[in-house]
Amino acid sequence: MDTNAPHSMGTTIIGVTYNGGVVLGADSRTSTGMYVANRASDKITQLTDNVYLCRSGSAADSQVVSDYVRHFLYQHTIQLGQPATVKVAANLIRLLSYSNKNMLETGLIVGGWDKYEGGKIYSVPLGGTILEQPFAIGGSGSSYLYGFFDQAWKDGMTKDEAEKLVVKAVSLAIARDGASGGVIRTVIINSDGVTRNFYPGDTLPLWHDELEPCGSLLDILSSGSPEPMST
Amino acid sequence: MGKVSAAIDQGGFNFDLCRRNEMLMSKSGFKPPTYRKTGTTIVGLVFQDGIILGADTRATEGPIVADKNCEKIHYMAPNIYCCGAGTAADTEAVTYMVSSQLQLHRHATGRESRVVTAFTLLKTHLFGYQGHVSAALVLGGVDITGPHLHTIYPHGSTDTLPYVTMGSGSLAAMAMFESNYKKGLSRDEGIKLVCKAICAGIFNDLGSGSNVDVCVITKGKTDYLRNYQLPNPRTYVSSKGYSLQGVKLRFCQLGLSR
Repeated sequence: MDTNAPHSMGTTIIGVTYNGGVVLGADSRTSTGMYVANRASDKITQLTDNVYLCRSGSAADSQVVSDYVRHFLYQHTIQLGQPATVKVAANLIRLLSYSNKNMLETGLIVGGWDKYEGGKIYSVPLGGTILEQPFAIGGSGSSYLYGFFDQAWKDGMTKDEAEKLVVKAVSLAIARDGASGGVIRTVIINSDGVTRNFYPGDTLPLWHDELEPCGSLLDILSSGSPEPMST
Repeated sequence: MGKVSAAIDQGGFNFDLCRRNEMLMSKSGFKPPTYRKTGTTIVGLVFQDGIILGADTRATEGPIVADKNCEKIHYMAPNIYCCGAGTAADTEAVTYMVSSQLQLHRHATGRESRVVTAFTLLKTHLFGYQGHVSAALVLGGVDITGPHLHTIYPHGSTDTLPYVTMGSGSLAAMAMFESNYKKGLSRDEGIKLVCKAICAGIFNDLGSGSNVDVCVITKGKTDYLRNYQLPNPRTYVSSKGYSLQGVKLRFCQLGLSR
């Protein structure tokens, strides 16, 4: 195990627009080589009150880029006198990603709500392209979701439908991608504000060949002293 | 004489020694000196009154134990301490540098240092060196905003968690934490758990060994418990003492020589 390997967020990240806002979703695994360095990380970071960012790729690079853009947006909001738009946030991310493309390794999804355009999702993948999309997926786990979204995505969903879709999708990716795991975090952004939700493993459905958990730490720890091992 | 001044006048970096090093390595099969790494098991956890940090005390140079009782819990501020794993020189230098920056900041602001200040200074420095400063740190402290515990990796990424482990013994220590940690531990429970985790690293990881250092940080008070546990006493000590060039030395039975 190479403890000096850079931290990458194997990851599954998703951003989906619905009728009235956006839903962002992500898993919570940060890996160093084959070791899970953080099993409960928060990959959906806040840029402003109304714009959030899903991070994938190198943990260090994406943290630094999000810190810079948060700072620029803060200044921009003061100078503008009103909340920043999602488009501006996404373009700031794009400007940093593109001009430092040789040194950075980040795949980012910017999502938020503003009064001019409503809910919007922008994807800024590895080279620094910017793409406005009705939904976006990223990270190593997204490979397993292209077919799923082709079939399951529809325009004009409600908030609950969109969130259910995101949770189902991240859960499917976690089942198949070794570099994704942990819990599922979602952030819903609309005109009313921001709602953060958290879905631990035991609330998720089981997929093909997955078994019911038995003797999980969640049960052992809550019962007080650890039970002796049974064969 | 004229040649030397011409070299100085040219300005910029002088890479002559790089060529010499390459030649030594390829032609004479000369191996560059290994860095002194701290191998290491370092841990931190949040308990009901603050933060407890723990570390082992072995420093290695390749397969050799260079220091049997080194200090891996570094002072940053009266209320902030930082455990360091990786290259010993890098962890010492980076923690000492940020510690003095914090002191200057305290003089300028007149306030107690905040953990997030040390956190940002460290992460920015390490990111800038793109992982070449091989310092993996567990930063913990209690300030006016409450207790904080962070890990900072050599490439500059960070995590904020209720319990963390780093270093070559981190897997053994994390196994202890994952099975025994719960929220709201008391001071004694917390220290016991930290010792258990460090001992797991000491006995199961070859890069970690010797003694357990513990540091308990609470609001207004810090206890640096150097050599809190000594689970590796010298098995045989001659009662006659040892003499080196006419100087007679007596070792105490429990302590390690320094």
